[in-house]
Amino acid sequence: MTWTALLAACALCYLTKVAGYLAPHHWLERPRVTRTAALVTVALLSSLVAVQTLGSGRALAADARIPALVVAAVLLWRRAPFVVVVLAAAVVAAGLRALS
Amino acid sequence: MATAAYGVSFGALSVASGLSLAQTCVLSLVMFTGGSQFAVVGVIGAGGSGAAAAATAGLLGVRNGFYGLQMAPLLRERGWRRAVAAHLTIDESTAVGTAQDSPGSVRLGFWATGLAVFALWNLTTLIGALAGDAVGDPRTYGMDAAAAAAFLGLLWPRLRSLRPRAVAAGSAALAAVLIPVVPAGIPVLATVLVALAGTAIRPEQPDVRTAS
Repeated sequence: MTWTALLAACALCYLTKVAGYLAPHHWLERPRVTRTAALVTVALLSSLVAVQTLGSGRALAADARIPALVVAAVLLWRRAPFVVVVLAAAVVAAGLRALS
Repeated sequence: MATAAYGVSFGALSVASGLSLAQTCVLSLVMFTGGSQFAVVGVIGAGGSGAAAAATAGLLGVRNGFYGLQMAPLLRERGWRRAVAAHLTIDESTAVGTAQDSPGSVRLGFWATGLAVFALWNLTTLIGALAGDAVGDPRTYGMDAAAAAAFLGLLWPRLRSLRPRAVAAGSAALAAVLIPVVPAGIPVLATVLVALAGTAIRPEQPDVRTAS
């Protein structure tokens, strides 16, 4: 990744934060705006889950990441803390790879 | 504790995806929003362009703008303090800040959480990046699965009603289908269309679980 793209990404993220402090507060009361923002976050996070679990460059791959993600989902459902979820996924994937 | 584990995995994954140690540390210092940083690393690691990585990070950072909108009237900061408060406006500091009930404790909660997470996040990023450089392939340690689990952990609390669940399922399916078809980075960006479709559908369905 070039420094230009990296710094542009940083600037974009910071300007978004600043914009929140400068924007008129009544924007929060427009349900359509807040709902769209919430759904964009959901769409990006869930597609990142899919790509991070199934992607291998430009190919699909089924490997130790899938059982690791299933374990993570069960732990989230059981209301386990974030750190436990992340560590458990790493341990499951590392363990399965060590065995194979 | 969660921040520490998350920071180490970010640092290790970042150098493994091909970013330099300096770039990894600059992301944590200057971008300072975990979801967007992981998105950059995920898109670059999959072979995506810098522009796709920046666009994904920027879109995922939009929620911080809404946090700022919530925090502005609660903090009432001006000048350089407002500029710093904006930088520290992330999931954790906003969650702690908005959970307080007096103006004093809102400010204390927000600033203490923001500064503590900033310090810990940058320290653990550096540790993770150095360790990642030293140990080689982070997949041996399941770091790629850890990143997927981290995205799922960020997603989970946002799935309380039908509409976000439908958008999540549709987005994951669309991204998976697109992986072999379009350049890396585009599958994630394309799912913004699923979100817009999800917004356009009316009428608002009452959530069965919360309505009962």
